[in-house]
Amino acid sequence: MNVVEASGLGKRYGRTWALRECTLEIPAGRVTALVGPNGAGKSTLLNLAVGLSVPSAGEITVLGGRRAGSPAALDGIAFVAQDTPLYKTLSVADMIYITRSLNRRFDQPYAHARLDELGIPPRRRAGKLSGGQQAQLALTLALARRPRLLVLDEPVAMLDPVARHDFMATVLASASADGVSVLLSSHVLTELERVAGYLILLSRGQVRLAGEVGDLLAAHGQTSLEELAMSYLRETTPEVTR
Amino acid sequence: MTAATVPARHDSGNADLRPVPWRRMAGVTWRQHRIALAGVAVLLGALAVWLWRLGTPVHQAYAAAVACHPASSAACQDLVNVFNSLNDHMTGPTSIGGVFLQLVPVLIGAFVGAPLLARELETGTFRYAWTQGFGRWRWTLAKLLLIAVVLAAATGACGVLVSWYYQPYFATSNLGLYQIPPFVTLFSLRGVAFPAWTVTAFVIGALAGLLIRRVVPAIVATLAVYAGLAVAAGGFLRERYLAPLVTSNPNPPGTAWIIGQWWTKDGRFAFTGGNLPLNLVNQFCSAPPTGKGKNLPFGTFAQCLAPHGYTQWTSYQPATRFWPFQWIEGGWLLALSALLIAATIWLIHRRAA
Repeated sequence: MNVVEASGLGKRYGRTWALRECTLEIPAGRVTALVGPNGAGKSTLLNLAVGLSVPSAGEITVLGGRRAGSPAALDGIAFVAQDTPLYKTLSVADMIYITRSLNRRFDQPYAHARLDELGIPPRRRAGKLSGGQQAQLALTLALARRPRLLVLDEPVAMLDPVARHDFMATVLASASADGVSVLLSSHVLTELERVAGYLILLSRGQVRLAGEVGDLLAAHGQTSLEELAMSYLRETTPEVTR
Repeated sequence: MTAATVPARHDSGNADLRPVPWRRMAGVTWRQHRIALAGVAVLLGALAVWLWRLGTPVHQAYAAAVACHPASSAACQDLVNVFNSLNDHMTGPTSIGGVFLQLVPVLIGAFVGAPLLARELETGTFRYAWTQGFGRWRWTLAKLLLIAVVLAAATGACGVLVSWYYQPYFATSNLGLYQIPPFVTLFSLRGVAFPAWTVTAFVIGALAGLLIRRVVPAIVATLAVYAGLAVAAGGFLRERYLAPLVTSNPNPPGTAWIIGQWWTKDGRFAFTGGNLPLNLVNQFCSAPPTGKGKNLPFGTFAQCLAPHGYTQWTSYQPATRFWPFQWIEGGWLLALSALLIAATIWLIHRRAA
């Protein structure tokens, strides 16, 4: 089963195509990294996958053929948006209550245990937490929904190295222990090295490369993800600047 | 190699997925909007206390005057005078409370309605809220309806208190107490109209917030749209809800809402009531009973012009139409609110965020 399938997918804002002719299949049970420079269309693709925006062209389905944004799709996907938006005036306990109320499944013991472990007090207002704690809270709320697919948009861009490490450790643990498929975007390549099993390289609204990380590295004779991505982005530069 | 299967607990119900129950939005809405709702409660509570303190002496004076026997005695006349001397604090020019009451619907629209969706869009929390299992159009509809019902109940109760305050004035039909008929100034503060205007302002605010996506501009837009609607309704629509009655009686009922006056001579239109030709006045009303011609009340002109073939006509809405008008205004406002809610839901459902 594929967690995301897109064919001829395009998204236009005004006269600019943020994403064009995007056809891909993202396999289940993997951590998939969506990489590319700023403005490559990463957030656009993720917003389409979680149903926050509607395609201008083509189509996108998730979790084995469900229309993106449909009730069945929303039920199985948890999304942590860029800058991890939370209701800043509400307490951590209120955020848990709201997330539990808005979903059919919610693993409250998991949420409490996880926040306890992180030392996040339930009475604290979400806006008073540190950036790393806010990211961890958003991730905990998403994982407590017991999703089949976890979608993370630039999850660690705003975090310091320690918080970044902790965050990715949580993601990896749930991916390997609970079999959650993960789709995450980032323009920071180094942190993806250890985690990603599948890679999608986007630039200027188009898919440049997609496949198993191991296969891609072998096929292109590169030793690291970063080198691979850089070589591809440089290769496509003349075409891009035309 | 990771298997493409997922643990059994994730596979609960795929096609026939039962939606998250609507009732869960009650707690969600309360937690998210308790500060705004508490603000409304404080505002309306303060107005209620103010009305109660203002209304109690009026009711006491009225009860004392009514209970007094025989009515023609000097003692009873004193009690009537006491009642008559109590000023109407609500509509009087010095009353801040009365003005404030008029502003309640638009304040609620601007500070509860406008931020409802605009804040989600401005701070990005819509990316959280609209990707939960509840579904975004259901989330929006539940919130709008819940808050609208609460606001309607609270302002409806406030409107009942306004009616209670004025009840002695209405009972005596003593219009000397306030120069403008209660029909006009109090119309939108009582009965069905007050909650209906509040709900309409709230929904206008919500839709403005969705379209503008910024809290402060949405508040400004709400104020502007509401003001336009209120002026159109009060200055143009309301007097046309039912065709006005027309009378040639120079003294129409004191409780009526006068829409217009004009004069005819020999069955043909002569001039409008506010535009009396001076030559006629000077010719026929040369010896007015009091004062100068310009300042005479209409009834006096009727007396001196009538013998010369002029008839004064008055179109008016009688006081008995108060409740039909309330239902008409409440009806179209609620229909408008329903339309705006439907538009909001439709935009949320199909919008590209």
